[in-house]
Amino acid sequence: MQEFVEFTLGGISSGMIYAAIGLSLVLIWRGTRVLNYAQGGMAMFTAYVALTVINHTGNYWLGFVVALAAGLVLGAFLERTVIRPAASKPPLNLVIVTVGLLIFIEGLAGIIYGGSFRSFPPAFSINGLSIGSFDLGITRNDIFTAAAVLAAALLLAAMFRLTPVGLRMRATAFSPAISRLLGVRVGRMLTLGWALAGLIGALAGMLVTPQTFLYPNSMDQIFVLGFTAAVIGGLDSPVGSVIGGLLLGVVLSYASGYLGSQLVQIFGLAALVLVLMVRPSGLFSTAAARRV
Amino acid sequence: MSGAAGLAATDVVAGYGGAPVLDGVSVSAAPATITTVLGANGAGKTTLLRAIGGALRPRSGRIMLDDLDLTRRPPEDVARAGVAHVPEGQGVITELTVEENLRLGALLQPRPRRAAALADAYQRFAVLADRRRRLAGTLSGGERQILVIARALMSAPRVLLLDEPSLGLAPRIVTQVMELIRQLRDEAGLTVLLVEQNARSALSIADQGVVLNLGRVVAKADAAELAADEALRRHYLGF
Amino acid sequence: MTILRRLAGSTLLRHLTAAVIVGVVLYVLTYKLDTFRLYQMADVGAYVIAVAGLTVLIGQSGQISIGHGAFMAIGAFSTALLLLHLHWNIVYVLLASVAITAVAGGIFGVAAARLRGPYLAGATLMLAVALPTVADAYQGVFGGDQGLSITVPLPSFLGPAFTFTRWLAWLSSILALITLVLLANLNRSRVGRNWRAVRDDEIAASLSGLNVALLQIRAFVVSSACAGLGGAMYAIWAGSVAPTGYTLTLSIGLLTAAVLGGLGSLPGAVWGALIYVLVPTYLENVATSHGLSHSASAFVPIAAFGVVLMVVMLVFPAGIQGGIRRLLGPAAPVAAAPLSAFRRQAPATRHQEEGTT
Repeated sequence: MQEFVEFTLGGISSGMIYAAIGLSLVLIWRGTRVLNYAQGGMAMFTAYVALTVINHTGNYWLGFVVALAAGLVLGAFLERTVIRPAASKPPLNLVIVTVGLLIFIEGLAGIIYGGSFRSFPPAFSINGLSIGSFDLGITRNDIFTAAAVLAAALLLAAMFRLTPVGLRMRATAFSPAISRLLGVRVGRMLTLGWALAGLIGALAGMLVTPQTFLYPNSMDQIFVLGFTAAVIGGLDSPVGSVIGGLLLGVVLSYASGYLGSQLVQIFGLAALVLVLMVRPSGLFSTAAARRV
Repeated sequence: MSGAAGLAATDVVAGYGGAPVLDGVSVSAAPATITTVLGANGAGKTTLLRAIGGALRPRSGRIMLDDLDLTRRPPEDVARAGVAHVPEGQGVITELTVEENLRLGALLQPRPRRAAALADAYQRFAVLADRRRRLAGTLSGGERQILVIARALMSAPRVLLLDEPSLGLAPRIVTQVMELIRQLRDEAGLTVLLVEQNARSALSIADQGVVLNLGRVVAKADAAELAADEALRRHYLGF
Repeated sequence: MTILRRLAGSTLLRHLTAAVIVGVVLYVLTYKLDTFRLYQMADVGAYVIAVAGLTVLIGQSGQISIGHGAFMAIGAFSTALLLLHLHWNIVYVLLASVAITAVAGGIFGVAAARLRGPYLAGATLMLAVALPTVADAYQGVFGGDQGLSITVPLPSFLGPAFTFTRWLAWLSSILALITLVLLANLNRSRVGRNWRAVRDDEIAASLSGLNVALLQIRAFVVSSACAGLGGAMYAIWAGSVAPTGYTLTLSIGLLTAAVLGGLGSLPGAVWGALIYVLVPTYLENVATSHGLSHSASAFVPIAAFGVVLMVVMLVFPAGIQGGIRRLLGPAAPVAAAPLSAFRRQAPATRHQEEGTT
């Protein structure tokens, strides 16, 4: 019983990380129909930036805020410089461009910071929590992780539903041509989408890196699972990627807990392939099952 | 938005690759007037509106809104200058609700005016008020047409480019829409460029009529004159 | 005269003749080069095989893969395990490794048959990331971080005094030439034409009766078999197989080599493999000579690959071979011009149409 609770709670916590990455992928996909393979790399890079700040100032939360800001800036910058020129090219080119971006960022991180594994401070204590003698298997940091991602998702949802800029972004995602006719500066909305995705990716990076340690490839495995979460939920659906992330996190937690933790990635691959074969448009997509 | 504005397209050449669809078209609409653009299918009417609205970049020619040069500006800039383009066919964003579509249109107005604009729209078009929370994709063809017109008016434009607004609408509703356009010209000083297949109803509310054929202007006159010219009507307009 | 005409007419004979000519040149080269260069030549050969398979997959059949490093790993580990546990003759080991990888490619191809574009790329990406973890999970079988070591004895007919590195270069070159001839024939055959038809317009191809899924799977089988053979050769060359050698970086490196050479082009695959082997060390040396630490310099080639991918896709979609073709005009070897074909699928998010095309 204790194991089951541990696995469930642990799965929720890691699931929120996948949800965050999935959410940032969805943000970009909806607006620009680009799958940003560099999303994990961006998160890793902003974590390095944060670590530099933390090491210099001794202040974790300053580093945290700087990472989020760096994510915003990095996302906006990349959209304007790399993605915008590629937007008119065939889709295959865009895939390769973002893959190239991924390894460029990883290479850059290695050049600047070297390849060694660095330890990364968590926001809160990583001591296991327990109720009496019942080990919950999660830590205060895990709770913070889940809360932070949930808060980010809710804030995003509120922004989209309730604010004018959110309405413009949704309109841009659904129909850029009509939005232009209504005076929406579509280009700016696309940049904003990338900036927000960068922000959420940075958040995910800050939350998960204490576990993975920081090195240029540290977000690769998280990224593919975040991608899987987005696919499960449907690349069009922000809500879907959060639920998909939670589902994936919990399922993988059970699988790796009961069957062997080394095989998490393989289980993730199996989950991805399964979803892509059975329901490629995802659980929550409004579009008909589309062969993209 | 300030007072009425005049629109002038001069010697516009535009097309989609290959031979141009518009071969030197000049149309001018005086402030607070309704100009109707008529002609057979393929004459270039829609292309003209698209060139003016910014969806299509003209190869040469000029488009002026009073003193403002709109030539080759992207659609969003043209819209922000006060020119609302209602394209042919469905222009609603189906994944948004009716109210969201309308609100989107109002974003070009300063914040204090938006709520009033929305209330106006619901008062004018009861059918939209009834369906405000429904997804625009669930509306019928006629309802969608009303929605796009209402949405275009939400920004309080000075110029309205209407492409076949009567398409798919019941005759009773067509009359209502035409009445509304006439009202807006009279009360709000709206300048309207109206592309229509239904030449008869268009000429009945228009001040000026322009007939296009194969990318050229073949007739330009007062609407009443055009309506009276039997030979022209039969040759180009089919009645 | 008639003999030459018959030679020119038959595709297979043409390719074989070219291969023989190149083979003779390489043979002479192996007696002129020093040990280190021979070693590099063998390395290049292994990558030519893998990159050729990948470039055919992307350029001819229109499917993207950023996971071919995983197939190289399958070929490499199969070779190591077969040699270690069954002590087979090298030829059988190579054939078996190719077969095993082809089966793996077939399985993946079936699972991925309906996937396109970013979804397919994502699935292959996950394959690249996930597969090395299997080796971690079963450290007993796969040798953990150290991996497995491979010893391939010098074939007895070469005599005891034969230079080992020359033997590696021979083996690698022969395998590469065989692969290139087979792929070239495949490209020219009905299968190749069908691949290109699917690549150019899938709907039209399927309407005209082609079994799209089967063709796509076949492309995956062929290209993964090549990757497996390349991986096997690489393993023999390296003398050991460890999961750290088959990371995501390798998969993306293969992609870079294919893109650089020109997607779909077999001569381009050779260019790409040459660059992939020769340039990184050069870049690292330049970096260290400028004061970068060894750990940091190791990342310079990776960053350079990233830049290459972005720049080539934005500016020179046809790669090196495309540039050569443009220089030489119609006389150049005819390789497919794949990326122009993808324009039909360009996204419909045009904002402002140009009035002129």
